[in-house]
Amino acid sequence: MCKECGCGLGGGDVKIGGHSHEHDQHHGHGHDHGHSHSHAPAPFKLDLNRSLMEKNNLLAEHNRGFFRAKKLLVLNVVSSPGSGKTTFIRETAVKLAGKLRVGVIVGDLATDNDAARLKTAGIPVIQITTGTVCHLDADMVSKAAAQLDLDKVDVLVIENVGNLVCPADYDLGEDLRVVLLSTTEGEDKPLKYPPMFHSAQVAIVTKSDLAAAAGFNRELALANLKRVSHHAEIFELSSKTGEGMKAWLDFLVKQRTLSQQRTAGPI
Amino acid sequence: MHEVSIMAEAVRMAVEAAQAAGAQRIISLRLRIGKLSGAVPEALEFAWDVVRNGTIAENARLEIESVAAICWCATCQSEFDCQDFLNECPRCHNLSGDLRRGRELDIAAVELE
Repeated sequence: MCKECGCGLGGGDVKIGGHSHEHDQHHGHGHDHGHSHSHAPAPFKLDLNRSLMEKNNLLAEHNRGFFRAKKLLVLNVVSSPGSGKTTFIRETAVKLAGKLRVGVIVGDLATDNDAARLKTAGIPVIQITTGTVCHLDADMVSKAAAQLDLDKVDVLVIENVGNLVCPADYDLGEDLRVVLLSTTEGEDKPLKYPPMFHSAQVAIVTKSDLAAAAGFNRELALANLKRVSHHAEIFELSSKTGEGMKAWLDFLVKQRTLSQQRTAGPI
Repeated sequence: MHEVSIMAEAVRMAVEAAQAAGAQRIISLRLRIGKLSGAVPEALEFAWDVVRNGTIAENARLEIESVAAICWCATCQSEFDCQDFLNECPRCHNLSGDLRRGRELDIAAVELE
């Protein structure tokens, strides 16, 4: 392994400008000296300066390169449990039919209920059951992606485990991280979970059809979103009624075109 | 958060480095944890007591270096301390979300023998 940056690449003993002994040796390499001493190991410090996330980060970059070569647009959809990720992804796939082909990798601690719901849209779905793990990681995604026929997919959607904390730290190799905030949750969710909302490139307010019933304060929620996810594209929609979906779908089509342009030319 | 898996990875890296250096024992392990990394030092220390058992780091000392969050103001071309992901520059009062430090989750160094 490369010992300089810990990137895990390379290998073997690299010797540059080394001292070879092809010529006659006129000098010795002894280190005799005039006193005796024992060679008891002395404590020594070793600087590592390595990220504890490097294993996942490296695998995520592998995934990203692979996905780009396959000309896929890859989304990592995150939210708290019950924000409507599965319905949102299902409706996105149904409404994109004829324009873009969607494939889904879905993560849950247990059950394949979400996969079953997504399959009713007639799209390829792979379920990852994580057991006790509270997030998907790049390795799980890589193994799941290998089971999908990616040549028949334009947009790969990864539905992460419902959790606003841990998935924030795990890059999966996605192009866009999409965070959902439903109108039935508190308006202050972005303030409570800033790492996740801050890390997303797209923020979507879902269940807009329930906003009035839930007493949802739209202005406050948007202000909180803009404070934490200030660089994110924001959409407001209802997966159930279809209200606001068009803007989101147009955005995806545009992003897919951009991702193809990016992979088509030299980097 | 997942402090146990973070700590387990730290011990794995420390043991790997110790073995590569031919050391018998890990004396100390130093982590660098940013204020906005999401990892809680107390939870890391709790996890540490569990994950070091049965390894050559069993009797090692854990040091956690906390890294303050620092934001960059593009207008003033200078850094300022922050508590959050979006912050007001104390000089020009413009907002900046350009975090320069504070997200670290690193193993900084190990002491071996």
